[in-house]
Amino acid sequence: MAMTNESSGASFRPSMLLYDTRYRSMTIQIVVMFMLMAGFAWLVDNTVENLRALGKDFNFNFLSVRAGYDINQRLVEYTNDSSHGRAMLVGLLNTLLLALVSCVTATVIGVIAGVLRLSKNWIVSRLMGLYVEAFRNVPLLLWIIVIFAVMTESMPAPSAFRGENATSSMLFFDTVAITNRGVYVPGPLFTTSLGAINLGIISVSINFLLILAVVVGSLWANIRLLRHATAVQEATGLRPVTWWKSLLILFAPITVVLIALGFHLSYPSLQGFNFQDGTFLRNSFIAMWLALSLYTGAFIAENVRAGILAVSRGQTEAAFALGMRPSWTMNLVILPQALRVIIPPLISQYLNITKNTSLGIAVGYMDLRSTLGGITINQTGRELEGMLLLMLVYLAISLLISGLMNIYNNSVRLKER
Amino acid sequence: MKKTVFVGTLAAAAAIAGTASAAKLDDVKARGELNCGVSTGVNGFSAPDSAGEWQGFDVAVCRAVAAAVLSDPKKVKFVTTTGQTRFTALASGEIDVLARNTTWTFSRDVDLKFTFAGVNYYDGQGFMVNKALGVSSAKELDGATVCIQTGTTTELNLADYFKVNNMSYEPVPIETNAEAQQQYLAGACDVYTTDASGLAATRATFADPENHILLPEIISKEPLGPLVAHGDDQWSEIVMWTLNALIAAEELGVTSANLEELAKGTENPEINRLLGNEGDLGPMFGLDNEWAKRAIMAGGNYGEIFAATIGESTPIGLARGLNAQWTQGGLLYSPPFR
Amino acid sequence: MSDTHSNTVAYVRDSMLPEATPPLTEVGAIRWLRENLFSGVLNIILTVLGISSVIWIVLHIGPWFLNAVWNAESLAECRQILDGATGACFGVIKDRWHQLIFGFYPPSAYWRPTLAFVLMLVALAPILFAGAPRKLFWFSAIYPALAFWLLWGGTIWFPIIAMAGFAVGYLAYRVTLPLSTLAATIVGVLATILWWLYLTGPISNMLSGALPIGIMPIRSDSFGGFMVSTVIGVTGIALSLPIGIVLALGRQSDMFLIKTVSVGFIEFIRGVPLITLLFTASLLLNYFLPPGTNFDIILRVIIMVTLFASAYMAEVIRGGLAALPRGQYEAADALGLDYWKAQRLIIMPQALKISIPGIVNTFIGLFKDTTLVVFIGILDPIGLSNAIRADSDWNGIYWELFGFIGLCFFIFCFGMSRYSQYLERKLKTDHR
Repeated sequence: MAMTNESSGASFRPSMLLYDTRYRSMTIQIVVMFMLMAGFAWLVDNTVENLRALGKDFNFNFLSVRAGYDINQRLVEYTNDSSHGRAMLVGLLNTLLLALVSCVTATVIGVIAGVLRLSKNWIVSRLMGLYVEAFRNVPLLLWIIVIFAVMTESMPAPSAFRGENATSSMLFFDTVAITNRGVYVPGPLFTTSLGAINLGIISVSINFLLILAVVVGSLWANIRLLRHATAVQEATGLRPVTWWKSLLILFAPITVVLIALGFHLSYPSLQGFNFQDGTFLRNSFIAMWLALSLYTGAFIAENVRAGILAVSRGQTEAAFALGMRPSWTMNLVILPQALRVIIPPLISQYLNITKNTSLGIAVGYMDLRSTLGGITINQTGRELEGMLLLMLVYLAISLLISGLMNIYNNSVRLKER
Repeated sequence: MKKTVFVGTLAAAAAIAGTASAAKLDDVKARGELNCGVSTGVNGFSAPDSAGEWQGFDVAVCRAVAAAVLSDPKKVKFVTTTGQTRFTALASGEIDVLARNTTWTFSRDVDLKFTFAGVNYYDGQGFMVNKALGVSSAKELDGATVCIQTGTTTELNLADYFKVNNMSYEPVPIETNAEAQQQYLAGACDVYTTDASGLAATRATFADPENHILLPEIISKEPLGPLVAHGDDQWSEIVMWTLNALIAAEELGVTSANLEELAKGTENPEINRLLGNEGDLGPMFGLDNEWAKRAIMAGGNYGEIFAATIGESTPIGLARGLNAQWTQGGLLYSPPFR
Repeated sequence: MSDTHSNTVAYVRDSMLPEATPPLTEVGAIRWLRENLFSGVLNIILTVLGISSVIWIVLHIGPWFLNAVWNAESLAECRQILDGATGACFGVIKDRWHQLIFGFYPPSAYWRPTLAFVLMLVALAPILFAGAPRKLFWFSAIYPALAFWLLWGGTIWFPIIAMAGFAVGYLAYRVTLPLSTLAATIVGVLATILWWLYLTGPISNMLSGALPIGIMPIRSDSFGGFMVSTVIGVTGIALSLPIGIVLALGRQSDMFLIKTVSVGFIEFIRGVPLITLLFTASLLLNYFLPPGTNFDIILRVIIMVTLFASAYMAEVIRGGLAALPRGQYEAADALGLDYWKAQRLIIMPQALKISIPGIVNTFIGLFKDTTLVVFIGILDPIGLSNAIRADSDWNGIYWELFGFIGLCFFIFCFGMSRYSQYLERKLKTDHR
């Protein structure tokens, strides 16, 4: 055994490997490593043997084969002539989109519900309690199915908007149509296109990049302005007037760019079977969005409530003693302190949302699991490769989110000196 | 705390686990039970009744095979599979036969390595629309929202059809038939597309079936049949000829009513061979001579099964159509029992 | 008292005024309303919104409940009885409730899962309630075998002989103990495993041949509905507890390899959705096991669910370990206890006690997550609702089934979460 070489001195006895604390941990680790390697080899050997028995091989060539199926919600160019790999990309983007918007709304809902649950208003606190308990104690899958069905059953079909005696009409001056297929809202369009940059797998419109750059630049400039104002205030005791400068910095550049690009909205209108033009938020997306937001929002509400209760009562009293209004007390004193308690569980709620997007299969939301893990595996019969790839992608997303959130958590953590 | 349950079950499972290399027939006989993969619920084809007994057209095939091999149509373990898990279950040997509205295609046969034991239902993909839509042909469906069941050949056929006709559509993929029906009835999709038999079965249960029409276009061939894994010819032959025996029985006029009578011997040598009074067909693939008699006894001949599960007298109300005997202008054609 | 002072100072009132009644707005219901519902503009708005949403919901759902039809054999019959009015058709629950709860379990044997469930509560009592008699622990120890026998049936000898494996292992441990503790532990574990692998089957077969005591065997493919959710959830949690403890200790270990492996496993499981693990159970497990091995889908699901739950369990127990004061570890060291003794006698009993609310919450989450097995074709309540709707009689029914399933889940989970909150309050020792 390799261990004997590492022994020190003549007094070494084999039994020291077990009873000497200097060597014992090494022995245990080597034994564990051998067992792990043996176990891993056993799994690989079984897999190879099973694949051979089935006459299958292990390769990822299927990703470049024509997919042949259509995906309704696609954020990048995709037709049924595209490859399975491309279908996977479309699914991945759909997953990320859903996770992102759900995280935002779940946080908003959770914070509001958590604060309102502690409200002195009897009805409101009871209603929030009811909401939290109802969503926490019934499986998410059931909520997804039920919300999807409610939307399908209670909204009008597009045909109800048609004809002389239409039973439904569009909202907000004929710009938004809520149907049982989804919600049609005005979509942004540009008359001038600056072309697109092809990044190999996805091409990004330069218009989009330009607008993004301008927005980020304005925000940065505004932050600089406010910092400067604070510095002046600290030096002189007088805060310079900044509101009109802020407005100018924030809105003037973007307006100029939008006008230059010929920005206008395309409004949905009923043509043929469906509404055309505008942006279409499908029911499957909305159902997943609502269900994930409400379900996770209930959990976040509990975290928020616990966080607020964790802030010592004296802090509230001190704030009141300083003459602060209740809303200021909440915003300036309680919530910032509660945040430190709230953020760690919030990270795991965000991870849960991301993982729970995989339930999109229940309502036909074409996320990563429905494209790569569903139709692609089914059509190509490559379940081993497909499932491994699927797990790796989810794992990568999860690690990324928890990494980013941990960085944020460290930055807001109480600095103890 | 529950360690014993786990290990105990593991040991029990290991004890009954068969080896894939041994002949399937011996496995099934030794197990005393046929593992048959069915869907989690398709009206008329496979669904549990309130007593928990599985009923339906696909289920009847399983029962016939169990009757032929194990002499008891009840000795079937029904394994519910989804569109996604069905092939793996069959390839891994978890199930012996898959009878789950599965379309016979080249790639499933060759690439996924399954043997189709014939066709028990000739189907094709069709469209159902609401009459109020005023559509009379699938060619008018440009821009329509289409509900499809995901995980099947249906979505590929649909993509091909709209591509060939240069039309666009909005697919709404749905996991189960029940959900798709809900969506369609609420008007969340203009069209529901699946196998025509499924459409007819679904329409039959509507509150207002007269307001929905099936479009005349059938856009694909969907020969549905039971299938087994590659590599055991004896087993695939047993399943194939059990199905053929049901079809031949109808052609020859053997029904569950006159079966006992005819089994005593008849003038017709083909019937005698089928029911085991002449020749030694059964022992050729490891069964006894009365295998076909038992298979027919289980649920009647093909026509009887059809009539009892999905035929015109049932709520589903399918006509025989392509699934009539070849002598009646249909496609059912059993090779001779000789 | 008033007499002595009555006339000394004229302007001092010598008798109490009668208590005036408080203003109308400061008493009773009105005060309560004012303080709790209408204390400010924002509150008034919220109250009005709240009340109107409640009224709206009641108006929309009320008639549906009031017109409910309980006695119908099919949806068509319901529609006929309702004659166009909106109303629920709870006939489907009446017709199929037993399936939603027990799946395809034979009706004559419904008492077995019911009894197993009741006994489970008894077995859990000493763990969950400090007041329960300690002797019940013995019952908790034999409960797994008993539950196995009740649910799956068959000869009574198999679970007894399997349980005897522990006795055999302990015996082997005691016999070899004089040689060395480590050797004794290894021999004990090996003896138990060998007993299970090679002797349990033959001996129980022999005994059941000689003394056939048993109940009707029922296989797991007849399990369904809430029974399958409960079996998967409870077994998964129970099995994941020991694995979770090992992982939690591994994560705290000083040994680099052990720590890496534990962290890697925990983060991997927590990083992928349960549904991919379930698909692994259904699609891939057959690839990873020796050719020809083939066992029950429910067992495969239990294996994957156990792995899944153990990662979460490890984190819960890690929280419990972290909450223990450092002094407890130091005290154990000071007493000269070795690692395992310290864990067994000092650390774990306290850490586990603190972790119970977390474990209960993990169980609630897992129990709800068992609904995902519908995607791999297991007929859990949601899967059965699909199967029931595939029957011509009930095709097209919707809300009634989901309402029933949701209500059952709510009752289960709400009860458990209330228990865990009660426990949390009880265990909370810091006074603020």
